[in-house]
Amino acid sequence: MNLEDIIQETKTYYCLECGKCTSICPVARYDPAFSPRQIIENALLGFGDEIVFNKELFSCLTCYTCQQECPSDIDFPVFVRKARSIAQDNGQHGVCAHSGQLQSLARLMTSPVIKQKRLEWLSKEYHVSENSDVLFWVGCAPYFAPIFEDVEFNALDVTKASLKILNLLGIEPRLLPDEKCCGHDALWTGDIETFKKLAEHNAAQIKEAGVKRIVFSCPEGYRTFKLDYPDYVDLGCEVQHISEFLAEKIGQNGVKFKEMKKKVTYQDPCRLGRHLGVYDAPRKVLESIPGIELVEMKHSGLESICCGTSAWTNCDSYSDMLRGDRLCEATETGAELLITACPKCQTHFRCAMTDKGEEHRSTPKIEIMDLANLVANAIEKGR
Amino acid sequence: MRAYWRCIMAEFEPKIIAFACNWCTYAAADLAGTARVQYPPNVYIVRLMCSGMVNPEYVLRAFEKGADGVIVSGCKYTDCHYIDGPVKCDAMVDKLRKVLHVLGLEDERLRREMISTSEGTVFARVVKEFVEQLKKLGPSPFSSLRKEEVAV
Repeated sequence: MNLEDIIQETKTYYCLECGKCTSICPVARYDPAFSPRQIIENALLGFGDEIVFNKELFSCLTCYTCQQECPSDIDFPVFVRKARSIAQDNGQHGVCAHSGQLQSLARLMTSPVIKQKRLEWLSKEYHVSENSDVLFWVGCAPYFAPIFEDVEFNALDVTKASLKILNLLGIEPRLLPDEKCCGHDALWTGDIETFKKLAEHNAAQIKEAGVKRIVFSCPEGYRTFKLDYPDYVDLGCEVQHISEFLAEKIGQNGVKFKEMKKKVTYQDPCRLGRHLGVYDAPRKVLESIPGIELVEMKHSGLESICCGTSAWTNCDSYSDMLRGDRLCEATETGAELLITACPKCQTHFRCAMTDKGEEHRSTPKIEIMDLANLVANAIEKGR
Repeated sequence: MRAYWRCIMAEFEPKIIAFACNWCTYAAADLAGTARVQYPPNVYIVRLMCSGMVNPEYVLRAFEKGADGVIVSGCKYTDCHYIDGPVKCDAMVDKLRKVLHVLGLEDERLRREMISTSEGTVFARVVKEFVEQLKKLGPSPFSSLRKEEVAV
């Protein structure tokens, strides 16, 4: 694929050069060198190398804020994703965060002979069943747990909380012992080869399991399964985020919450919000817990600001500033608890809060929790 | 190329990447050479300034590129030229072991050693032991990812 094809595919030629994308872009606000408009203009003028060999290409958060404003409805994130695959072919991969471990892990997982030990954390407390037609997608949580020990975040807590909720709602989900990374990060960094291998493996595993529904606690996995897998593989089952699942169940009688006196605010993960349009389900869940007061941040819903990094690339001082400002917004609401529905948002915010560097002295501290954890603490009875 | 090597070598020959610190282990390997201590040629040494700079990605990348085993070796705690390199290295290896465990890689394939400058014989012994151990374990589960252009 060359840039010409990408322009045709994403209809970038409709660009009016109005610059709304750059003015709304959360990265461009901090990083003067990054401009979506400039990237598109370069593409249209035929300066392909200016895009492909520029590390700024990997600074895009693919958060879809620009598309909300674009009068021509140009799909800039997809344009970036495809341009990145050209960049990968030319040996460019941006500055990988965590020195590229997470990209490496995804590539290592493509080995067909590995026998992962990904369910060792599973204790008798949680009920799973081999015959269930509901699958719970654990995703990368067992890998994130040791990697992000330093930022005091255990991604498996979110998984465990989700399992607890499912169990209390009378569902004993199935877990796959040999699922692999969904390939989200490989896809968005342009590593299509790895993504295809992972997608094919996962689709085969799911088909073999013969499930009807997959529940996710991670919006990135959810997005990848819902929007990207159909382009490459056939899944043959429906997918759902845990917040949607809960919103569906809450209306039914029998679900009881205990009272929790807390003022909370909600961070919309970009994959769940703008990518998939799920804004109401998590809010409905929060509001149905008695005693919880939900206050919105200055930017919320459609205008919500990303946590600062996506697909583990180009996490720089600009990302840090973005994150710090978002945390300021969260504390300004007067909330004592920041709720998010994405393990990666939590990783990034916690990273900003635990960093002891000088530039982080002013970063506000706020308790942060996943939606699943809050619900698991509050839920008393399911059926 | 791989098929060719398979033909002429009936026995599996593991490939080992050793990350060795400039001040101790690399000097020890050098000493093993000058003292003519014999050890298997399966090890490829990467010289680094300190074991504390070994990043988990270095090890993961080595496995990705087809290493069957990795040695991370540096000074002993009191010898480090940069005060606490070995402590940092230990922390890194502990964390990485947990990740590799989930990935299904045998614990033995990553070896953490501390070999001092004068211990040329120790370096030779470690490599010898490791090669035997890896021969028993067989090729790494990631060896299928090895691209043909990576020369043996």
